[in-house]
Amino acid sequence: MSVVIEIKNLSFSYHKQKILENINLTVKEKDFLAIIGPNGGGKSTLLKLILGIYPVKEGTIRTFGEVPKKNLSKIGYAPQNTNVNTDFPIKVIEVVLMGHIGTKKPLFGYAKEETMCAMGALAQVGMEKFANVKIGELSGGQRQRVMIARALCAHPQILILDEPTSSIDIDGQKQIYELLKELNNYITIIVVSHDISVIMKYANSVVHINKKLTHHDTSTNDHTLSHQCNHFCEVEMFNRFKEQK
Amino acid sequence: MLDALSFPFIQNALIAGLLVSMASGIIGSLIVVNRMVFLAGGIAHTAYGGIGMAVFLGLPIFLGASVFAVAAALIISIITLKHRERMDTFIGLMWAVGMAVGVVLIDLTPGYNADFMSYLFGSILAVSQSDLYFMGGLLAVIIFIMTFWYRDILAVSYDSEYANLRGINVKFFYTLILVLSALTVVVAIKVVGLILVIALLTIPVYIAEKLSNTLYMMMILSGIFSSIFTVIGLAISYEYDIASGASIILVSAISLFLFLGFNRFTIK
Repeated sequence: MSVVIEIKNLSFSYHKQKILENINLTVKEKDFLAIIGPNGGGKSTLLKLILGIYPVKEGTIRTFGEVPKKNLSKIGYAPQNTNVNTDFPIKVIEVVLMGHIGTKKPLFGYAKEETMCAMGALAQVGMEKFANVKIGELSGGQRQRVMIARALCAHPQILILDEPTSSIDIDGQKQIYELLKELNNYITIIVVSHDISVIMKYANSVVHINKKLTHHDTSTNDHTLSHQCNHFCEVEMFNRFKEQK
Repeated sequence: MLDALSFPFIQNALIAGLLVSMASGIIGSLIVVNRMVFLAGGIAHTAYGGIGMAVFLGLPIFLGASVFAVAAALIISIITLKHRERMDTFIGLMWAVGMAVGVVLIDLTPGYNADFMSYLFGSILAVSQSDLYFMGGLLAVIIFIMTFWYRDILAVSYDSEYANLRGINVKFFYTLILVLSALTVVVAIKVVGLILVIALLTIPVYIAEKLSNTLYMMMILSGIFSSIFTVIGLAISYEYDIASGASIILVSAISLFLFLGFNRFTIK
């Protein structure tokens, strides 16, 4: 399978503090990659570098063989914190339509194809009934689905999610991951998360980032363990990880 | 009271009130959803420096105030985009320095003893024909921009990081919102004065926000509420011979309390 993201010797500093150090990572088509690590470990920073929000100064990032800024339309992004700005007077469909911006747009308003495409994206995440509801009236899980629909709106080949389940109850989390698994049949998924127990079940590779990056292969050995006991927390993960070292 | 409508200055006041109400409804909505109320306050008070300059140099008041307000908007835009963490300090600084410059320049103007209170609390009954053109022109520009760039402005206001990812020039639209706010503040100063302008930009907007599902609905409702409050406020000020700006704001505030009380009563 072809490589969609290639990161070589990437380092990144912010206010003279080193956030990321010598990161090497390859993501292939239809991978389901999970990124874990402590808060402030650089997970979100890495995503923002991949998305071209922060400039790359040391090392290289190539998405589809080019610099990140060139292929933004091929990458869908669902940001962290969907609970901010819930008073904002905006309908679900309008949030999803934002996914289109930058592509062929009419003189004013939204084109019919755009609205239909946005409705399709909402249907994909099972939220089409809520199209005309104010975003603030949804639950955290529903809002997260809308954010995924917005990311899907541009028909991305890679979907990147930053902590998609941080503010959602257990049932909602499972639903989100089932949805991602389904989407994974035809697009690459990268997800930053703390929910190790869930990650182990769905991701086919896991990387741990705390300034430096460490790989885990979850497709083989770790899988059995996660089935035996449903909960598998980060501490145990870490211990196992040290043993392997 | 209706015979008052035959006076040209009352007609001008009414037209000015409606034009400014619609402009402040639209721009006030943007200010509120972008959480820029304090910024708008800073711009309003900095504009007083421009009023002082215009008086000192003998220029039209709107011109001086607009130049200062737009400059303040651009400075605030640069500061917020570069040093977000120090923003409140800088705005507080501009707020006070703008006022001080205005007061000093008016003091230095020989023979000038016009009522400078009118800029603090509004002088809608002194609106001239050219003031009306300025207000109408600004409203036309605002409606034009909101019609053609609505989705970009919506995206920048709702989720600027995502808007940036979709290739929208966030800095440009953020600055545009601030500049339009500055110009709206300048025309609103004529109606309710620079001290009360914040109330005009927030009270009708707050009520509208509760009743709207979309940003454009919020803008339209804000404009309508603001117009109603302005007309009632003007009528009361004419009838009882009290200051028009304060009268408009108090009508708005009382309406807000009634709305909140009614809202609580019906929802529970």
